[in-house]
Amino acid sequence: MTSVYASRDPRDRGGPAQPLLSVRDLTRHFVLARGVFGLGRSAGVVRAVDGVSFTVAKGETLGIVGESGCGKSTTARLLMRLIEPDSGEVLFDGETVGGGGMELREMRRQMQMVFQDSYASLNPRLPIEDSIAFAPIVHGVPKARARAKARELLAAVGLAPDQFAQRYPHQLSGGQRQRVNIARALALEPRLIVLDEPVSALDKSVEAQVLNLLLDLKRDFALTYLFISHDLNVVQFVSDRVLVMYLGRVVEVGPVEAIYRTPRHPYTRALLASRPSMDPGRRMTEPPLSGDPPNPINPPSGCRFRTRCAFAEGVCAEREPALSGSFTGDAHLAACHMTAAGSGHSQAPGRG
Amino acid sequence: MTTTVMRDTDTGAEQPARLLAEVRDLTVRFVSREATVHAVNGVSFTLAPGEVLVILGESGSGKSVTLRALMRLLPPKRTVIEGSVRIAGHDVLALSPTALEEFRGAVASMIFQEPMTALDPVFTIGTQIAETIIRHEGVSRAEADRRALELLELVQIPSARRRLAAYPHELSGGLRQRAMIAIALACRPKLLLADEPTTALDATVQIQILLLLRKLKEELGMGVIFVTHDLGVAGEIADRVAVMYAGRFVESGEVGEVMKRPLHPYTQGLMGSTVHAGLRGTRLAAIPGAPPDLSRLPPGCAFAPRCAFAEPVCRERLPEEMHLPPRHMARCIRVAA
Repeated sequence: MTSVYASRDPRDRGGPAQPLLSVRDLTRHFVLARGVFGLGRSAGVVRAVDGVSFTVAKGETLGIVGESGCGKSTTARLLMRLIEPDSGEVLFDGETVGGGGMELREMRRQMQMVFQDSYASLNPRLPIEDSIAFAPIVHGVPKARARAKARELLAAVGLAPDQFAQRYPHQLSGGQRQRVNIARALALEPRLIVLDEPVSALDKSVEAQVLNLLLDLKRDFALTYLFISHDLNVVQFVSDRVLVMYLGRVVEVGPVEAIYRTPRHPYTRALLASRPSMDPGRRMTEPPLSGDPPNPINPPSGCRFRTRCAFAEGVCAEREPALSGSFTGDAHLAACHMTAAGSGHSQAPGRG
Repeated sequence: MTTTVMRDTDTGAEQPARLLAEVRDLTVRFVSREATVHAVNGVSFTLAPGEVLVILGESGSGKSVTLRALMRLLPPKRTVIEGSVRIAGHDVLALSPTALEEFRGAVASMIFQEPMTALDPVFTIGTQIAETIIRHEGVSRAEADRRALELLELVQIPSARRRLAAYPHELSGGLRQRAMIAIALACRPKLLLADEPTTALDATVQIQILLLLRKLKEELGMGVIFVTHDLGVAGEIADRVAVMYAGRFVESGEVGEVMKRPLHPYTQGLMGSTVHAGLRGTRLAAIPGAPPDLSRLPPGCAFAPRCAFAEPVCRERLPEEMHLPPRHMARCIRVAA
């Protein structure tokens, strides 16, 4: 299949220099209800996403990695407005969404999502062709055209339409179902696809097929991806830039080579070092980190990673480090007092 | 560590003195009115004390079913198990229900992927460990409590004394998995069966649990059979690896051998499709197609329909096990003995 967008996308507003997605200070806290027995002194607040900012450039893949509870999936749902943010700003190609800006409906035409659970995200009572055609019909595309388009998309994701169009989700394997979900995400011709752990539930041999497919589709349909995963190897494989989250905060962001070759934040370093070596001759002897990620309810003061960090000092408990680069205009940013000049940490570089 | 080296499938060969487990021609079928599912189709292997065998396979390969068959945890009404399973002198498939209860926990015990479903939510961790010990060894509650504390310390749970009184939901995922390991070790089993115990854990916690299991195995001298779909996990913990496809071991050998020189096209495909550093910008060498339907297995090599090297003979006859020194086996016609 050749590119759908032969020339520049007419929906493109700001040109290539303007980020497709620009997120500023996105925050969502979940207030916990009091315990059944009323024993809790305060109800507690889960700071799921706490002041997250990033941009996604047109045509790039931004990978988001982190462990469970770091807020990566909540971030995805906030962007899609499946959950309402408490505060923060999301600009889609320079426009705010809702409140006088771009309509939510229009934003969702241009931004679609693929979820981890391929079965739960499909209607079990609809043949997959109808599932794929559903959104275009809702958005006003005539039924016959929407169906024809659905069959085209099935072919594009590697499922022969004659064989598969009338099947129900339970008649497909996990890998095939995930292909259907990807086809459905493409049905509205979106510009950005948010992929939330799209291959995590798949077997390795099928994972590879789906990753290859995602890369082909990105090229053929001129897409931009936000790719969320806990798997560092998969994120390295697909991403142009990588953002590392820990307990609701961004701890490091930068070009994929920089993050994987010269990680600056101790958490990123530990995360990378925790990957099995794939070489029985070079087995790990000490785990890079001890303990589990702390509970996102009432996270530690200052730097949230300090309770598991081997380099933590007094300043880490007092002040939260800001995301910063090591020179002006640096694309590789880390939120660590050790990399910030004059932070008061004994390992911080000198000022100037 | 291993005292004897023998080929796995020499039927009638001299029996080494200290084999912990010996499985011969194990087959498991699930029978229902609609279909018969051939989950395990002739699996044979041995395990020495202190040895770690990793069974590597994708979903539906029969790896978990094999593990459960060793403990007879499969529903007896719908399952037909054939072959022989000897573990520490016990003929497992012939054990009476009472003998089986004794066997489970004391000779072989098992840990699972999801500790939240394996642990009882209404009892504290301490109670669950102590119950196990009292049930098997008839010691006093005080003695069992003392042992429970020791076990939590053994699995490196911080503030172990306080954690004895904790309920499963009060623990993090990593601590729950440690607690489950403590229960499994409560009666000093000779064989630990591990069914994807690190799959649901975060990366930084997974490696901690793997290193813990490695250390416990060294200290306690247990044999371990560890089921996973993750090559990296196998690389960290295995002495030997068996690659399973459609209910058969298609390849087995020392972990270093198998990972450096995979012989079977399926193993090669699995390694080619495992994403790792250095593959960026390339196309992954994915295996085309999907695993076969276990209720309608093809007569020959089950991998043939997905194999780039398949010949007509592959579809007709099951390939023999081909053995290469040292202890490397593959069921593929392309391997010359």
